Amino acid sequence: MKTEPLSNLQKILSQGKFAVTGECGPPRGANQDVIAKKIELLKGYVDAVNVTDNQTAIVRMSSIAASAHLVSAGLEPIMQMVVRDRNRIAIQSDIMGAYSLGIRNILCLSGDHQKFGSQPDALNVFDIDSMNLIRAVKDMRDQGKDMSGYDLDVAPAMFIGAAANPFADPFEYRVLRLAKKIDAGADFIQTQCIYNMDRFKEWIKRAADQGLTEKAFILGGVTPLKSAGMARYMNSKVAGMDVPDEIIKRMDGAAKDKQVEEGLKICIETIEQLREIDGVSGVHIMAIGWEEVVARIVKEAGLKK
Amino acid sequence: MITGEQKPIKEIIKIVELYKSLLILGCGTCVKTCFAGGEDEVAVLASALRLAFQKTGKKIQVKEFTIERQCENEFIQEAASEVAQSDAVLSLACGAGVQAIAKRYAAVPVLPGVNTTFIGIQESRGIFTEECSGCGNCELAKFGGICPVTRCAKKILNGPCGGSQNGKCEINPDTDCAWHLIIDRLTALDLMDNLKAYIPPKNWSTSLSGGPRKLIREDHII
Repeated sequence: MKTEPLSNLQKILSQGKFAVTGECGPPRGANQDVIAKKIELLKGYVDAVNVTDNQTAIVRMSSIAASAHLVSAGLEPIMQMVVRDRNRIAIQSDIMGAYSLGIRNILCLSGDHQKFGSQPDALNVFDIDSMNLIRAVKDMRDQGKDMSGYDLDVAPAMFIGAAANPFADPFEYRVLRLAKKIDAGADFIQTQCIYNMDRFKEWIKRAADQGLTEKAFILGGVTPLKSAGMARYMNSKVAGMDVPDEIIKRMDGAAKDKQVEEGLKICIETIEQLREIDGVSGVHIMAIGWEEVVARIVKEAGLKK
Repeated sequence: MITGEQKPIKEIIKIVELYKSLLILGCGTCVKTCFAGGEDEVAVLASALRLAFQKTGKKIQVKEFTIERQCENEFIQEAASEVAQSDAVLSLACGAGVQAIAKRYAAVPVLPGVNTTFIGIQESRGIFTEECSGCGNCELAKFGGICPVTRCAKKILNGPCGGSQNGKCEINPDTDCAWHLIIDRLTALDLMDNLKAYIPPKNWSTSLSGGPRKLIREDHII
């Protein structure tokens, strides 16, 4: 496969250009104008946009539908899909449907546990895990078969993404799991937000030593901090997040009305550092609910778009 | 064992107060071990109910009886005369016991007094933990004897997820990350290769997903 790039994102990455992806959270309702507005803020500044799948287990417009709106508007989506809410039957069916709507990138995820969401009473599914999902999408694309081995009429050919968290424990195992995801079929990886650059560098060095950065494109994740309070909250309350003391101190050191600026400065510096690291193929800017800042970050970080 | 927890007394009163003569039926095995439905719990609940009915002026006779196991016919039989003299039975057994009693004694309503929780162990006195989901296809050999199907909040077979920090699960700081335990154990056993292997999707047809299950042992059928 892969004679023609499957998506714009794959094209950019294959050309060795530093890719920029953004994020778009669908609305808590059926208002497509919200999507249109976010598209307007992001279009022209990013190569593709992650469309989240009921993130933090809060019910929202489906990622497939929202991704389809992006396709119509000429902005390439990376449809996120979690295994929390669908069994393998629904997953495969939705991927086929998504492909038919012009969606060409998928990010395979476990999904936040519903305990954190708006409807903690819900039954979760977890029929397969994110690793199995990656493999299923790859098999559909490369073998043209569904999970039962049935030959598909037209197989969905998706550029496959997965997530990695260099900051979760146990650290020694994180690279091994990355290797497993790439081996299962991940073409690109987007990481958890990077604030602890030392740990990220250690992780990507180990990945590079194993040849993993040659096998998949790694996009480092960044999220601009809005305040010192947010930095502290993310460090202590958000699962798998690591905000080192020096970052918190830097945010604290800025006057209240200057903290947003300081957060953006940190974010831009992080991107500049990422561009210098061997094995980093791009940046994933997660500014959910703050899409208007993405254009500024892209411009100031010198990511020509 | 199967663990359970007695229902709140208010809920019990609500389901039993329609009857004139109530039999509280204890079970002397699993629910006794987890302090939910053995002879002692039957006695305590009976006293509490009598007191509550007295206060509200309800004339309800409360009787007590405990059998060794409510899930086995030979023991269930011992309760026959007690059940026959009652308007309703409040079973303090697990859900299997409640249904076994209901199946055997069709003439009286059999009500649950316990919420059945899980298949688990008593980790230390008074603390019970879930260990097995009864999925019908045990894969503990791959995971160092720690079950991710039961003990990982996302049932991840190729874990851990990105929410594992300091050995704890993201859903609750009191919950151990099963995958952290698996990795530690397989490392200690020098079986890290198990972790490198891709684990394919689980076959759930042997679990409840395949519909209610039946176990047939031809060699024991008389």
